[in-house]
Amino acid sequence: MLLVLACIGLATGLGLAFLTHAPNRLVSGRPIPLTAVVGGASLVALLPGVALLAGPFLPQRRSAHRLVAAAAAAFLVALLWRAGAQAAALAEIAPRAARTSLGGGFWGLFICAALALVDAEHRLRLRPSARFIAGAAVAGAILLLAGSGALDQLAIVREYAARRSVFADAVIRHVAIVFGALVPTVLLGAPLGILAQRRPALRAALFPALNLVQTIPSIALFGLLIAPLSALAGYFPGLAALGVAGVGVTPAVIALVLYSLLPIVRNTAAGLDAVSAASVEAARGIGMRRGQIFRYVEMPLALPVFLSGLRIATVQAVGLVAVAALIGAGGLGAIMFQGLFADALDLVLLGAVPIILLALAADALLDLAGERGRRRPA
Amino acid sequence: MIELDRVTKRYGNSIVVDDLSLAIRDGEFCVIIGSSGAGKSTALKMINQLIPLSAGVIRIDGKDAASVVPEELRRRMGYVIQSIGLFPHWTVERNVGAVPALLGWPAARIRDRTRELLVLLKLDPEGFWRKYPHQLSIGQQQRVGIARALAADPDVLLMDEPFGALDPITRDALQSEIARIHRESRKTIVFVTHDMEEALKLASRIAVMDRGRLIQAGTPLEILASPANDFVRDLVGQDEVGIRLLSVETVGNRLRRGEAAPHQPIAATASLRQALSRMIAERTDRLAVADAEGRPIGALHLSDIVRR
Repeated sequence: MLLVLACIGLATGLGLAFLTHAPNRLVSGRPIPLTAVVGGASLVALLPGVALLAGPFLPQRRSAHRLVAAAAAAFLVALLWRAGAQAAALAEIAPRAARTSLGGGFWGLFICAALALVDAEHRLRLRPSARFIAGAAVAGAILLLAGSGALDQLAIVREYAARRSVFADAVIRHVAIVFGALVPTVLLGAPLGILAQRRPALRAALFPALNLVQTIPSIALFGLLIAPLSALAGYFPGLAALGVAGVGVTPAVIALVLYSLLPIVRNTAAGLDAVSAASVEAARGIGMRRGQIFRYVEMPLALPVFLSGLRIATVQAVGLVAVAALIGAGGLGAIMFQGLFADALDLVLLGAVPIILLALAADALLDLAGERGRRRPA
Repeated sequence: MIELDRVTKRYGNSIVVDDLSLAIRDGEFCVIIGSSGAGKSTALKMINQLIPLSAGVIRIDGKDAASVVPEELRRRMGYVIQSIGLFPHWTVERNVGAVPALLGWPAARIRDRTRELLVLLKLDPEGFWRKYPHQLSIGQQQRVGIARALAADPDVLLMDEPFGALDPITRDALQSEIARIHRESRKTIVFVTHDMEEALKLASRIAVMDRGRLIQAGTPLEILASPANDFVRDLVGQDEVGIRLLSVETVGNRLRRGEAAPHQPIAATASLRQALSRMIAERTDRLAVADAEGRPIGALHLSDIVRR
C-alpha cells in the first residue's frame, strides 16, 4: 500500500505541474514544476517526503508506522507552505489579476500523503479519539499557516477572500440543511427500525422500499419532487407561506430524509438484532419490565451499530446537499456550481474542498461518539 | 411451597407439558430431569411466569402465581440460565446489583450486598467488581450469574441447566458451591438438568419427566432403588445403578460403632462410593471412620457396603 502510494506520489509530484500560474482566472496557466518551488533552504520541506519514500522499506514496526504518520502530517503542511510561498513570490512581480493555482502535482502529493497518514493510523490501530486528535492537529497546523497569511496569494484563498460572507453563509446553510434533514430522519427512522426489528412483516415491506429509494440517483429524486411540491404549495397557500416550494430547501430536505432513512432504520434494527438473546432472557427472568429491558439492555447494546448508521447517513447527507444546490437549496454546492459554470476551477475547489472537510469532520466526530458508546465492550 | 397443579402447556397441537402436578416444599432441592424436549425447562419457566400456562394453576405459598404482577414475582425468585446472560455492558458489580436496583435499594446497601455475594461465590471482591463479563472465564461468569440471582435474597432459586456449558472440572466446583449454598441458606431450589450424575449429587428430590409428563418423583435413593419404568431405569443407567446407590448413602449409615481399624480414617459424611474407592486403592477390606472433628468413632467393612 505504502509502496504504491510512494510511486504514485513520486510520479505525479515530478510529472505534473505543482502549481499553475495564469495572468487572469479565465485563461489556463503556465505550469510550475516542483523543482522550481523548492531550492536552497526550502529543500527542508521535502525531508518528510523523503522519509515517506523510505517508509515502505522500513521494518514493519510500530516505530516505523509512527515515523510515517509524523512524516505524512508534516509533509501535508510543508506542501501547503511551499505552494503559498511560491504564490506570494509570483504575486510580487505579476499583475493583480494573475492567479497561482494548485496543480496536479500538488494534489497528487497531498492526497498520497493524506492516504499514507490514514494508512499509518490504521496500522497503529489508533482508537477513534487518537485519530481525532491527530486529524485536529494537522487541521490546526494548516489553519495556523492560513492565519499567518502565508497562503493568501493562492488562488483558492483569493477566491475565498473575495466572498468571505457568501462563503460563511454557504457553510452555515450547508450544515443547517444536513441537520434539518437528519433530525427528522432519526426521529422517524429509529422508531421505524425498532418496529421493523420486532415485526418481520414490516421489515420485509420496508427494507426493499428504502433500498429502492437509495438506487434512485439524487438528481433524479430532486427533480421528481419539484412537480408534486409545487402543486401542493399551489393548492395550499399556507404551505407556501411556510416555505414549501418545488425548488429550494423543502425538496432537498425531503430527499435527504428519504436517503438517510435506510442507514438509520437498517442499523437500528441490526443493532437490536445483535443484542444477545441470553441477555434479554436474563433481563426478563430477573424481573425487568419491557421498557426497562429496552432502556437498560437493548438500547445501550444497540447504540454502537446505530451510531455507525448515523455516521453513514451524515457523511452521505453532506455530499447530497452539494447536489441539492442544483435545485436552489444553496450551500457549498452553490459555490461549486457557480465555479463550474464560470469555468473557474479555483471557485469549484472553494466549494468542493470544504464539503470534503465537512464530511471528514462529521465522520470523525461520530466515530468519536461511537467509541464512547463502545467503551463498555460488548 | 411451590405447587404445580395439573399444569399444561400447549403450542398449537403439540403438548409440551402435560397435566403436570408437583409440589416442591420449602427448603427442598428439587431437580427436574429428563431428556431434551421432555418439557422440563418449560415447566421451570412457568413457575416464574416467563411462559404462560395453557391450563392448570401454579400456587406459591398457597397464592395463585398468575394473580401476581409477573415482574414482581420474578424479582422474588432468583433465575440462572445455561447461557448465563450477563449484561455485557455492565460491570460485575452492576450485574450482581441488578435486582436490588430494580427493587429500589439504596446504593450503599446494594454495594455491601454485592461484596458479600462475591465473597460467598469465592470471587475476590476487590479485583472483580470493576471487571466486565468478557474479561471473565465462563465458570467465573456463571458464578456472577448465581450471585446476581441471589442478590435480593430470594426464597426460591430457579436454575435452568446452569452448568450445562461448563467443562467437567468447573462444573464439579460449581455443583459443590450450589450444594453448599443450599445447605447454608436452606433456600428452595428448582434445578433442571439432563445429567443424572448431577441430579444424584445435588437433589433432595428428583422429578423425572418424559414427553411432557411426570414419570416419577422421589428421593435419589427411591429413584435408584425402585425406578417406575424402563425409561427411568435407562436414565439411571442399568450398569451404574449399584455405584450410584453407593454415592447417595453415607458411611455413617453403615458404620460399626466403637470398632477400631487401621489406616487413615474416612469421614462419616463421605459417601459409600468414596469408601469403596479408598478400600480398592488401599487394598483393604476395613476402614476406620472418624466424625467431623476427626475423632475415630468406628469402622466400615467391605461387606457392610454390599449388605443392605
